[in-house]
Amino acid sequence: MKKLALSRLPELFAAIGAKEKLYIPADDGESARFLPYREGMELTKKLNTVRSAKDLFFPQVENLMAFQVTGKEIKIIEERDPCENFVLFGVRACDAASFGILDRVFRYAEPADTYYVNRREHGTVVALACTEPEETCFCGVFGIDATQPGGDVSAWIAESDMYFRANTEKGETLLSGLALLEDGDEAPVDAVSAKTRAILEKLPHAKLSLKGFDGAHMLDLFHSKEWEKLSESCLGCGTCTFVCPTCQCYDIREFDTGKEVKRFRCWDSCMYSDFTKMSAGQPRPTQLERFRQRFMHKLVYFPDNNDGVYGCVGCGRCLQKCPIHMNIVKVVKALGEEKQ
Amino acid sequence: MQELIKAKAIELLENGTVDRVLGWKAGEFFYDLTPAVFTTREEIDKDFVYSVFSGANFSKYLVKESRKEGKVAAFLKPCDTYSFNQLLKEHRILRDHVHVVGIACDGMCDIDKIRAAGAKGILGVESGGENLNVHTLYGDVTVKKADMLAERCRCCKSHKLVAFDEKLGEDGDVIENSGRFDEVAKLEAMTPDERFEFWRGELSRCIRCNACRDVCPACTCEKCVFDNDKSGIANKGAANSFEEKMYHIIRAFHVAGRCTDCGECSRVCPEHIPLHLLNRKFIKDIDELYGEYQSGADTETRPPLMDYRQDDADPSVVYARGGKRE
Repeated sequence: MKKLALSRLPELFAAIGAKEKLYIPADDGESARFLPYREGMELTKKLNTVRSAKDLFFPQVENLMAFQVTGKEIKIIEERDPCENFVLFGVRACDAASFGILDRVFRYAEPADTYYVNRREHGTVVALACTEPEETCFCGVFGIDATQPGGDVSAWIAESDMYFRANTEKGETLLSGLALLEDGDEAPVDAVSAKTRAILEKLPHAKLSLKGFDGAHMLDLFHSKEWEKLSESCLGCGTCTFVCPTCQCYDIREFDTGKEVKRFRCWDSCMYSDFTKMSAGQPRPTQLERFRQRFMHKLVYFPDNNDGVYGCVGCGRCLQKCPIHMNIVKVVKALGEEKQ
Repeated sequence: MQELIKAKAIELLENGTVDRVLGWKAGEFFYDLTPAVFTTREEIDKDFVYSVFSGANFSKYLVKESRKEGKVAAFLKPCDTYSFNQLLKEHRILRDHVHVVGIACDGMCDIDKIRAAGAKGILGVESGGENLNVHTLYGDVTVKKADMLAERCRCCKSHKLVAFDEKLGEDGDVIENSGRFDEVAKLEAMTPDERFEFWRGELSRCIRCNACRDVCPACTCEKCVFDNDKSGIANKGAANSFEEKMYHIIRAFHVAGRCTDCGECSRVCPEHIPLHLLNRKFIKDIDELYGEYQSGADTETRPPLMDYRQDDADPSVVYARGGKRE
C-alpha cells in the first residue's frame, strides 16, 4: 500500500502527466466529466461524471477508415486515431466494472474490436473508492463493492491522504514510477471502507432483487403486459444509453468530404426510431419494442450469453438523467419475480 | 393542491367526461415522477402525485393521446397551456378529444439545484415556509426554496392559464418584467468572439441524446430531418464540433416563432446546457423586429414569421444592428 497527502495531489498529477496523458474527473460547467489534465485542475467533488468513463475506450465518434477513388482504383486509407499510453484517474467502482462488460463484447469475443483493444491496452485505470454514495447508487446489486473499486490501481481517500494499491502489472509499473508516493498502512483504508459499507447497506436500492431475470424466464418477461405501461411516456431520446457505462451499440456511417469518403462509427441507441433499420424496415416499429429491447438486453439477453453477468453496474446515471424518470430500477421492480 | 387535482381526476373519470387521465406517477423517490395515463380510481389513489417536481409539460403527449379513441383529461400548468395553444394553432392536437384542467402554479423545483446546493444522498424533503428541509443519507440540509426553482420558473413569464376547459385554483397574470431576457442581453453585450467561446464551451458538452428535441412541444415532425438517413444531413454522431453546433442552431431556427419558451429543453438536458437561451434570443429578436409576440398566447394571432407586411425587417437589418460586412 502506498500513500500521499491529498494536498500533494497536484504534484502527483503533474508527475503522471509528465510521462503519459492523464484524464481526471473535473468540473465542467455545472457537471463533471473526464478531461485531459491541465495544471490547476482539481478532482471534482461530485460523486460521478455525467458521461461515463467508457468514452475513453469507446468514444462517441471514431474514424475507422477512408476511401479515395481515382478512376477505377479505390484506395483504402487507415484512419485509426493514434493512441498513446494514458492514465484514467478517479474512475468509480461501477465504471471500472463496466470495462469488464465492454471487454466481453469488444475484446474477448471473436473477432476482437482492434480499435477498442488498442485503447484498452494503452490505458491504465486508477479506480477511486466511494465514500459518499448517492441515493441513486445500486452497484452492490451486481456484486460490485464500491469500497474495493478494482482497476489497475485501486485508490482510497482516508482522512487527509490518498492510498494506492496496484492490482495488475500495469498498475505496478505506474506506482513504482512515482517516487513521491510513501509507504502506507491498511488500517485507515479499512476504517473508511467500513464506514462506507454501513452507508451502502442503507441505500434505498441495496436489496433490489434480480430473481427471475435469466434465460429461463426470457419469453415470460418478453411477453409481459407491463412493458406497455413502463414505456408509455418514453420520449425515445438517447439519454439513458449515452450516459450508460455499459451500452455498447454503435452505427457505422459514411461521410463524403468531396475528396474522399470517411467511414466512421458513432454510438447508437436502441431507443432511436432508426436503430438497426434494415432494407426490410424497422424490426422494432414502436417505442414499446425499443424500450423493451434495452432492458431485455441488460437484464436477460446479456447475462444469458455471458455467464450470468448483467449488463448494468448500478451507477445510477439513468436514474438521475432520464427526462421522464423511467429507469432500470423501475423496470426490475415492475417485472421481477419478487414484487418489491 | 394535490388532493384537489386527484379528486378532480377521479370525478372526471367517474362522471364519464373522460376515460383516462394524463398525470404524474409516483417514483422510487419523491422527485422522480413519470408522466402516466391513469384509468381507474385505484391507480389515482395509489400513485398520482402533484408536487413541485411535476415539471413535465404534457402538451406534446396530447398530439398522440388526442388521436386515440375516447377522451383524455390533462392537467396543464400555465406555461403548459401556451404549448397547448401553439399545438392547437398548428393543428397537431384534436381539441375535442382533450379535457384540459388548468392548474395554478407557483413554480417547480429542480432536483439538480438541490444537489448542487450540497445535498448528497437525498431521501426526502419537507417544505417549511421559505425553506426546504432536505433529508439525506448524511444528515439534513436546509435550502431556500426560491433558490431551488427551475431556471424557467425563476423568470416565469406568465401565471395566466391561456387554455382550459376548467380551472383548479386561482391563476394569475402575464408577468411583464419577468427578467427572462436578462441573460440574452448579457450574451448580446459580448463581442462575437466571446459569444462564440461561450457557446463553444456550452455545446461541447452535448452528448447528442436528442432529449431537447424529443421533449420539445414545438418539435412534432413525424420524422425529424436529423433522423432521416435519406435527408443527407442525418447526423447520429457529429463528424466534428461544427456539426454539433449546427444541430442546435438549426433546431432553434426551426422552432423560432413557435417556441413558447416553456423551458423543457433545458430541463431535460443531462449536461445542463442553457438551450433556452438560443430560443429566447429568437423571441427577443422577433419582439424587437416585428413587435411583441408571445406564441401560444392565443390560437388566432398570425405569427410574425408567417405573416408579411411591407414594413417587415429585411435581411440588411443585420448591419443596422451592428453586424459587420465581411
